Amino acid sequence: MIPSKKEWTDALITRHGSALHKRFSSATVAICGLGGLGSNIAVALARAGIGRLILIDFDRVDITNLHRQQYKADQIGRYKAEALAENLLEIAPYTEIKAVTEKITGENMVSLLKDADIVCEAFDSAEAKAMLANGVLEQLPDRYLVAASGMAGMDTPNTIRTRKVTKRFYLCGDEVSDAASAIGLLAPRVMLCAAHQAHTVLRILAGEYEV
Amino acid sequence: MVKVNGTELDIAGKTVAAYLKTTDYDPKRIAVERNGNIVFKSRYDVTVLEDGDSLEIVSFVGGG
Repeated sequence: MIPSKKEWTDALITRHGSALHKRFSSATVAICGLGGLGSNIAVALARAGIGRLILIDFDRVDITNLHRQQYKADQIGRYKAEALAENLLEIAPYTEIKAVTEKITGENMVSLLKDADIVCEAFDSAEAKAMLANGVLEQLPDRYLVAASGMAGMDTPNTIRTRKVTKRFYLCGDEVSDAASAIGLLAPRVMLCAAHQAHTVLRILAGEYEV
Repeated sequence: MVKVNGTELDIAGKTVAAYLKTTDYDPKRIAVERNGNIVFKSRYDVTVLEDGDSLEIVSFVGGG
């Protein structure tokens, strides 16, 4: 049986304290790209009690995603945004979720992201990452951007880190391991980077701005 | 001198676009901060680097 909203909230307050819970539960976080990074960021943030998640991805679940992304075999072919929303509501049923199946462009970026306090960049292609980073920093300068670069391959997990580039721009990853030149993406190293991003989101909401 | 990702370079007087042309950076994969502020993509060719500037170039790699 699913716990009541009050039981759920009480449990989170027991874990995080009421001050942190208030900050987490009143926050809106947008996650752009719902692959290995985005789906794992979403699970971590939903568990932590983030109040509202905006999940954005135009793509559908493919069999080649399942080795690192938080989808299930029977969700192949579904829109990632909708499948992930379902999975998150099984994990954390009182999360408010907006699932968006549009592709983010320079034109629709502001309307899709304007309600978010923090934007997570979780795309796959380097060009898309740069497009979003520039777009958010140029068009939504009072939001926080938590982006990722470099998490592919079998290199040591210890080079995945978080760097504060500017006041509102955080970058997670090793910044060198390109999915195109390495052996590809492996769940734990991608999850590490996603965990850096999710934890950075929580730290920003907690008022801890340094890395 | 202009500090680029921590290294002092003698590029004051050049535009951001002109400096980038002398590097291997792919303009489609980067974000450029100057003294802590984003340099708008549309202004790379009119933003002139000044002595004492600090430039931070983030070059994204693929994977996610």
